Amino acid sequence: MRELTDGATAIVRGAVDAGCTFFAGYPITPASQILMAMMREMPKVGGVAIQAEDEIASIGMCIGATMSGARALTATSGPGVSLYSENIGMAIMGEVPLVIVDVQRMGPGTGAATTVAQGDVQFVRWGSGGGYPIIALCPSSVLECYSLTRRAFDLAERFRCPVFLLTDKELSQTACTVDVSAYAAPPVRARTPAPAGLDPYSYDPLDGVSPLAQYGAGHVVRFTGSTHDERAFITKDPATVERLNQHLVAKIENHSSEIQLVTADLQEGAQTLLISYGVTAGAMREAVTRMRGAESKVSALTLQSLWPVPEQAILTALEGVTRVVVAELNPGQVVREVERIARGVDVIGLQRIDGEMISPTDFEEVAR
Amino acid sequence: MNQTSVTPLATYRNERPYPFCPGCGHGPILNHLNSALVSLGVDASEVVIVSDIGCSGLSDQYFATSAFHGLHGRSITYATGIKLARPDLKVVVIMGDGGTGIGGAHLLSAARRNVGITVIVMNNFNFGMTGGQHSVTTPTGALTSTTPGGNLERPLDICATVAANGAGYVFRGTNFDKDLAERIADGMRSECFALLDVWDLCTAYFVPRNKASRKTLSATLDQLGFESGVLRDEDVAEYAAAYRAACKPHAGKPTLAPRPLDVCCTSALDRRLRIVVAGSAGGKVRSASGFVARAAILSGLWSAQKDDYPITIMTGHSVAELVLDSEEIHYTAVSRPDALLILSDDGLGKARKFLARMGADDHVFVLPEFADVETAARICVIDPARAQTRLTKAGVALYALTYAVAQLGILPVGAFEASASHGNPAYREENLRTVREAYAAALA
Ligand SMILES: Cc1ncc(C[n+]2csc(CCOP(=O)(O)OP(=O)(O)O)c2C)c(N)n1
Ligand code: SF4
Ligand SMILES: [Mg+2]
Repeated sequence: MRELTDGATAIVRGAVDAGCTFFAGYPITPASQILMAMMREMPKVGGVAIQAEDEIASIGMCIGATMSGARALTATSGPGVSLYSENIGMAIMGEVPLVIVDVQRMGPGTGAATTVAQGDVQFVRWGSGGGYPIIALCPSSVLECYSLTRRAFDLAERFRCPVFLLTDKELSQTACTVDVSAYAAPPVRARTPAPAGLDPYSYDPLDGVSPLAQYGAGHVVRFTGSTHDERAFITKDPATVERLNQHLVAKIENHSSEIQLVTADLQEGAQTLLISYGVTAGAMREAVTRMRGAESKVSALTLQSLWPVPEQAILTALEGVTRVVVAELNPGQVVREVERIARGVDVIGLQRIDGEMISPTDFEEVAR
Repeated sequence: MNQTSVTPLATYRNERPYPFCPGCGHGPILNHLNSALVSLGVDASEVVIVSDIGCSGLSDQYFATSAFHGLHGRSITYATGIKLARPDLKVVVIMGDGGTGIGGAHLLSAARRNVGITVIVMNNFNFGMTGGQHSVTTPTGALTSTTPGGNLERPLDICATVAANGAGYVFRGTNFDKDLAERIADGMRSECFALLDVWDLCTAYFVPRNKASRKTLSATLDQLGFESGVLRDEDVAEYAAAYRAACKPHAGKPTLAPRPLDVCCTSALDRRLRIVVAGSAGGKVRSASGFVARAAILSGLWSAQKDDYPITIMTGHSVAELVLDSEEIHYTAVSRPDALLILSDDGLGKARKFLARMGADDHVFVLPEFADVETAARICVIDPARAQTRLTKAGVALYALTYAVAQLGILPVGAFEASASHGNPAYREENLRTVREAYAAALA
């Protein structure tokens, strides 16, 4: 059986089903649908949803609520991510699980609120001081809006860090037909209760993640967004600081294979590999069908995880091809990562920044 | 909170000595906070001290309670989240006058919501930590590292501002006040948003530059005409409690779930069909298109609807790109439609790019006023005025789109009828009449 629905609805459903109990957001096109739906959904599950005074407060409330035991979601678009920036860094430093939806719209600046874009890929990775890693997932269909929202909640819990769900105006708002039996529901781990006396920031081994202690669970819990020791006291001791910062990198980078999520549709003997993500991957799927229908061989790789870069999957897909086309709605962002990884392969960027979607024909033309 | 589990402490300070400069007022304020906690006898784990940034922001580290050390000016946002998720916790914010300034919007909002947290502003009239720059509370004329000729700005009356905007408990005093611990305890006992503006001295910067002392604090109060003492103590509805009460009727209601449509008709469509509906805001372009998208699914097809409209949704164009297919649709945009509907001048403006790409096999459906539109496609004029029942403005889009789809022969009338029954019940009868009539007219 099929339904007519959109990505925003699937994201909200995914969050509620993942056990989300707190939402704070600030209205912005094209993310407001999520705010409005969460305002309706949270009371049903005994959760809390609030329209905050700005985006800084939105993410701040989410971080505070998480420390009180909630599982929190916030949603915005590029301009709002700018205001999240400092708190994203704090969530990284304080090791707060949190899911952030970025419904991308055209930039730079205020750009065009109702126009599709995929311009925030590098921004979410490098958008907070320090340069420490985050996780970003990117659904390429309404079905994936649901399953990857669940996955985002799971990864946030697993790695105690902010996880971005990068979507865009079209995927979020275009009504699509969905086979309801095809919704995948990856498991979302429960929060492990932290035993009394455990330091809030113990990491042994260095890339390990200790349970998140939350307020009101019977023992004193300290949190800090500053450089700290294991007990959350501010320190500048070089050895302690280095261990902390190495931990923040290692807990994600050492586990990139656990986070990596792609769909590889590789064809034996294909010389060309198409790479895309998000709404653009839909056009890529149609282009592949058409090209193969016209007897030309082609491989395709859809990236559902963008950060950390799924390098292993990209390298595997690159085997045997002579050129790779990376398609995206920005002046060239993921293509930089592919250029960094690919050796001896022609890397071609297929980009549109005119506010229109990349079409299957656009793919066919560059791949010809 | 479970009263039996409370373990009051003799002191809520830990063993760590304060880091503040000699004579700094921050330490004495923290001593008063400790006394307040002792008098309240609360469980240390149930108290969360949320510190801001600055010298004041170091404060949480000297207590044996739960703690949160956040960003400059944002402590109130974390405290709000902590409180909303766990209303039973006692949440105390400690921030400086610097944090109060940069986080002004949060202060105002917390007061307006009357969220039940207690905010202690360690107000030393300058940014201590960053080198004595002026803040929102620096008195006019005062010397700071960024007002070498004397401050030209007017200081913010924090108390008057939050009191005028909903805070339940408001107090102004100094770190020298004998009753400060009691007032902090009062603030914490109040279920409301409590704000204590506590004036103190930054001995490193503000004192030497302005010859400030305990005496000058009260002189400044008089000069400015700011009131002190307990300025407000009222029982105002607290936000976290009000929110929970408001949510009660919704508890346990079913959450969003997929809404599958039972296929009840068949369609002969065996290829992709792209229809663009070009009209104006308020013309129900999107709902009429959704109606057809649903009818397609009810006929066993796949459909997608991509909308384009200006951000000011009640004016200008409204264009829907409808894609129908017997196969799953992965690409939802339309560059060359098989059929185009022109419903208004706004729509015509947006339709021109499509018209230019269309050929003799394509169809353009227009209202009579657009009958002379230039195109290589076949033109079909739809006249809603010929409908037997008078159509509302909203009905025109549905009438014309149904007419067009009927002419193209892709969906049976039963699919439209079924779609009507899945739509908004308030318009069911009207929509049913409209689609039946349009369908009949198209086939006549
Ligand atoms: C976003 C941001 N901007 C600037 C700073 C630098 N900074 C640190 S403390 C501070 C001012 C603190 O003044 P106040 O709140 O009055 O606290 P005090 O040191 O006087 O106790 C500033 C601006 C910062 N930490 N974060
Ligand atoms: S700089 Fe000023 S506020 Fe900071 S500790 Fe020293 S006296 Fe206190
Ligand atoms: Mg200050």
